[in-house]
Amino acid sequence: MAAGFKTADPLEYHRSFLKENCRPDGRELHEFRTTTVNIGSISTADGSALVKLGNTTVICGVKAELANPSVEATGKGFIVPNVDLPPLCSSQFRPGPPGEQAQAASQFMADIIESSEMLQMEDLCIERGKLCWSLYCDLICLDYDGNLLDACALTMLAALKNTRLPKVRVNGETGAPEVDLGKRRGLKIRRHPVAASFCIFDDSVLLVDPAAEEEQLATARLTVVTDEEGRLCGVHKPGGTPLSGERLQELIGRATVRQKEIHRLIDKVIKSIV
Amino acid sequence: MIMSDAIFSRPTHTFDGMMEECSPSTVSIREFGCEQNLLSRSDGSASFIQGNTSVLAAVYGPAEVKVSKEIYDRATLEVIIQPKVGLPSVKERAQEQCVRETCEASLLLSLHPRSSLTLVLQELHNDGSLLSCFLNAGCMAMMDAGLPMSCLFCGVTCAIHTDGTIITDPTAAQEAESRALMTFAIDSKEHQVMMTSTKGSFSVQEMQQCIAVSQAASEKIFSFHRESLRRRYSKSV
Repeated sequence: MAAGFKTADPLEYHRSFLKENCRPDGRELHEFRTTTVNIGSISTADGSALVKLGNTTVICGVKAELANPSVEATGKGFIVPNVDLPPLCSSQFRPGPPGEQAQAASQFMADIIESSEMLQMEDLCIERGKLCWSLYCDLICLDYDGNLLDACALTMLAALKNTRLPKVRVNGETGAPEVDLGKRRGLKIRRHPVAASFCIFDDSVLLVDPAAEEEQLATARLTVVTDEEGRLCGVHKPGGTPLSGERLQELIGRATVRQKEIHRLIDKVIKSIV
Repeated sequence: MIMSDAIFSRPTHTFDGMMEECSPSTVSIREFGCEQNLLSRSDGSASFIQGNTSVLAAVYGPAEVKVSKEIYDRATLEVIIQPKVGLPSVKERAQEQCVRETCEASLLLSLHPRSSLTLVLQELHNDGSLLSCFLNAGCMAMMDAGLPMSCLFCGVTCAIHTDGTIITDPTAAQEAESRALMTFAIDSKEHQVMMTSTKGSFSVQEMQQCIAVSQAASEKIFSFHRESLRRRYSKSV
């Protein structure tokens, strides 16, 4: 009966739960799903992480390549995030070139790195004007159950924390780079930006960490990125129901609390491995 | 029709809560203007100019929709952003998403089920605040097409300079030397925030200030909307 109700009128199905201040999966309105972080999951990558946010699963591998710095910024390296939403993760994605959502997510990841200054691009420079690191962060969604941006941001942060780059020396005579794979050093992560997503249901009810169904029925989505100093590194609301300044303030407060929780979680995971 | 912002000196919108009050003198946006109905083949078109930034917009629809994109209870809106040079990249896709979802919220899409609406935005020149110009041009084009909307919206970009001052509607040079950049879409009904897109890091107070400033600036754009429609539809004596 309940399954029929859900298929026939999903909106009314969700409303009947929200009336009682709970959600179909048993969560409260302001509750995040269980977050699990696993680092070093891909042994062949320079850094990797697997994050589960409820059912949503994202895996990230960081591949470091030697590259020539660009002419405009000779002392800087590169970091290239890419989000992939394969047909494997949900029926709403088709094979072929990345869709709008995947491209927007990739751009959002690049914006987080740039805005939060979590990594100084100068740190990726090996020899000014000659050699630098280019880090490819490939994020692949394995199971799509909503809130992709939070999961991706967390996976990327955890994978970068896990990344250990080999020592490189430029041979003075030949100018060729010599890589010493035995000696590796971690990246210096200066800030820990954490994303928290919300959605608005029926123009009024606020839900934290929306699942795929809630996301589809919602009238607005919003992602707030905060760092450990409480500064905002990104407030992304692509459209939908208008929100007042006070309402935004409330969400930012919740996002700050989430940042602390996640920061603690990552620290714990990193420590457990060393 | 070009209108400078000096023409308007409306009382400022008042904000409650922790938002700061801002006087109209501190909110200065560049001279802006709009021309509607300038393309013959489209159902609605507009060009919007903010200072040297210029965007051309065209709306097609409601028309037939591809079966794969059909939505049974509302119209499918597609937004296409064309850069001045080269092919659209990931950046344009992200902007398209912002513009599309803002338009979806203001349009009454359920009045045209199983049909398609297309909004094409062509960048003509970028001198800063491009995303807000896309929003403004899109809104004017949809008005020209006569699409039913629940409210109008406008885009305002704010830059926070390295010394902490807030610049509304920055030029490309001002954008380059700012430490944070925020674009808001403000609705005409309650002057609330429909869309936000930010770059750089900033404090919560700074964002609230920027919202307040954008809301004040939106007043000018909305009175421009009103004025331009009044001129267009009033009988000339």
